[in-house]
Amino acid sequence: MEYAQAFRDGDLVQRVVGEIRRIVTRDWVIMEICGGQTHAILHSGLDQLLPPQIELVHGPGCPVCVTSLELIDKGLAIAARPDVIFCSFGDMLRVPGSNQDLFSIKAAGGQVRVVYSPLDAVKIARQNPDKQVVFFAIGFETTAPANAASLLQAKALGLKNFSLLVSHVCVPPAMHAILGAPDNRVQGFLAAGHVCAVMGYWEYPPIAEQYGVPIVVTGFEPLDLAQGILMTVRQLEAGTHTVENAYPRIVTREGNQAAQAMLKRVFRPVDRNWRGVGTIPLSGWGLQPEFAEFDAENRFDVGHIQTRESPLCIAGEILRGLKKPDNCPAFSTLCTPANPLGAPMVSSEGACSAYFRYHRPQDTL
Amino acid sequence: MTDSTLPILEGAACPVPMRHDDQIVMGHGSGGRMTQELIERVFAPAFANPILAQSNDFAAFLLPLEAQLHGSLAISTDSHIVSPLFFAGGDIGRLAVCGTVNDVSMSGAQPLYLTAGFIIEEGLPVEMLERIVTSMQAAALEAGVPIVAGDTKVVERGKADGVFINTAGIGWIPAGRQIGGALARPGDAVLISGAIGDHGIAVLSARGELGFDAAVTSDVAPLNALIGAVLQAAPGVRVLRDPTRGGLATTLNEIAQQSNVCIEITEATIPIHTPVQAACDMLGFDPLYVANEGKVIVILPPDQVDAALAAMHRLPYGAEAAAIGVVKPSPARRVLMKTFIGGTRVLDVLAGEMLPRIC
Repeated sequence: MEYAQAFRDGDLVQRVVGEIRRIVTRDWVIMEICGGQTHAILHSGLDQLLPPQIELVHGPGCPVCVTSLELIDKGLAIAARPDVIFCSFGDMLRVPGSNQDLFSIKAAGGQVRVVYSPLDAVKIARQNPDKQVVFFAIGFETTAPANAASLLQAKALGLKNFSLLVSHVCVPPAMHAILGAPDNRVQGFLAAGHVCAVMGYWEYPPIAEQYGVPIVVTGFEPLDLAQGILMTVRQLEAGTHTVENAYPRIVTREGNQAAQAMLKRVFRPVDRNWRGVGTIPLSGWGLQPEFAEFDAENRFDVGHIQTRESPLCIAGEILRGLKKPDNCPAFSTLCTPANPLGAPMVSSEGACSAYFRYHRPQDTL
Repeated sequence: MTDSTLPILEGAACPVPMRHDDQIVMGHGSGGRMTQELIERVFAPAFANPILAQSNDFAAFLLPLEAQLHGSLAISTDSHIVSPLFFAGGDIGRLAVCGTVNDVSMSGAQPLYLTAGFIIEEGLPVEMLERIVTSMQAAALEAGVPIVAGDTKVVERGKADGVFINTAGIGWIPAGRQIGGALARPGDAVLISGAIGDHGIAVLSARGELGFDAAVTSDVAPLNALIGAVLQAAPGVRVLRDPTRGGLATTLNEIAQQSNVCIEITEATIPIHTPVQAACDMLGFDPLYVANEGKVIVILPPDQVDAALAAMHRLPYGAEAAAIGVVKPSPARRVLMKTFIGGTRVLDVLAGEMLPRIC
């Protein structure tokens, strides 16, 4: 596990940043898609080292941030049922629904459990045959294979008390939505290395071609990020727009084909409502009809859901890269990690929480 | 009157009470004979000392002569709950003794005596209690701080997590010694006595929550000897604070707030064991926020740094001690960190992370 340390080497990062400074001649706007990258950039302070011409904007790659309010409210209604054990990744517990969050359901006696893997939820289902166990299957292509595996395992075990509340989303349709918007500012992309570890990057050349933007598959350590930015800036300065891989130690063009085959078996593309962004056609995954019995939305009738967003939260504009967290009037005053108005302030991948933790506005320093 | 449903009695019988030597039952907390037996069998032999042997509801003792004449007293109490009870490098007993010895020591006091209160869950194997008590005594002997009074209660199964232990400690602060979280001054240096994050990761690993085995041992240790050596070598020490729950980052924030100063640390100088960093990388934790139970932050004038570090390096619990930062006047009440790659970022208090309960 020593290997990651080499990618945090200050001297090497400085050399790559020096090269970026040397070649940049004008202003460029680059989006890192993944919230994990947003956090890594602010955590390491890489943003402070970059020349002023490079503006990084933060993309929609925060799974809990883009999970629709309606689905969160459904999850809350299911979790409140006395016959249900509701399993979720920890990040989801404080994401505000219309009126409450999973923590308040738990405090009121609901059985809400944090798991590190959806396979733990299958285990809980086996141990509690008298309860319905529901796993909140959120996330991008990165988390989807484990969720698919949990469902296949539950089916193989013949479990009748396990289901998934599915809210999977996919990166390429979101890139289309961002680049196709009339107010788009993004000129180059850092593609999310972990998504590409699963999916490869064969999906991206048509996007680079259609919109004329360079796309560079990028990792998560400071050196990976500096390298990804350098390769993007080189293309922008040269006027090219191809797909390159700055994360070859993890990512291949084809990706993890066994995982892709499993995803295809379990999921099918569906229209998905992204919180703060709106419905993007065929931008998510739902369960194949063969697995409909494992769909928590079919299993539990939670009635009509009336959603209500905080009028102050500008999460949608932040997720599309139109605004920065500290442009929000509620940032760090009305909206904090302890009292979040929107999901980006909660998640360990949310842009607002990254700004709050590492990067408060200068006047508060 | 006859009732055919009544059982046929074969004669009066008085059952011999079952003995409960193997596991704790409610009766062990009754205050009666069973409590007495438990004390005589488990606690008294382990903690044996003349003050405890007075067997009163209180411990009466004389302070050391110097303490009677000069200085002041420090007192601290801490309740210890940890799951599991045993983990690599320690157990709840060692934790309970070291936690309070260290809390008293952070005032610059020489800890003198401890008390221990046990809240035991019905069903706890007595063998396990004995291991815990033996471990407490070993830690107390190592620290040179006897346990002189105690209490035992038993609660029903399901109402406690095996055993909870409260310890309280009293210590003597020599006259003229001024140590506290509000005393850090711009220009001071910030030291840490060793590598951070070991305890939190060891406990998570023992819980089986990592999904892998981390080769990490808890750092739980009594620090009074180390602190004594530091104070002798560097009498100008202004702040001593142990970065337990919330980790180094949270504790530095407390000090920055109390002293109304900025603390700036340098990431590359913070000692972290490789397996701890690896486990944190995999779980998305930041070792700066992971608990420690055998580390102390020392803040002192810059001209005493070398002497303090040399004193720590001579002792096993200070072998990896390092200077990690400086105190600055502004931005006040903030902790900043120079990152590996040369950026600077705010180091906030623990907020929003999903760290499971550590202790």
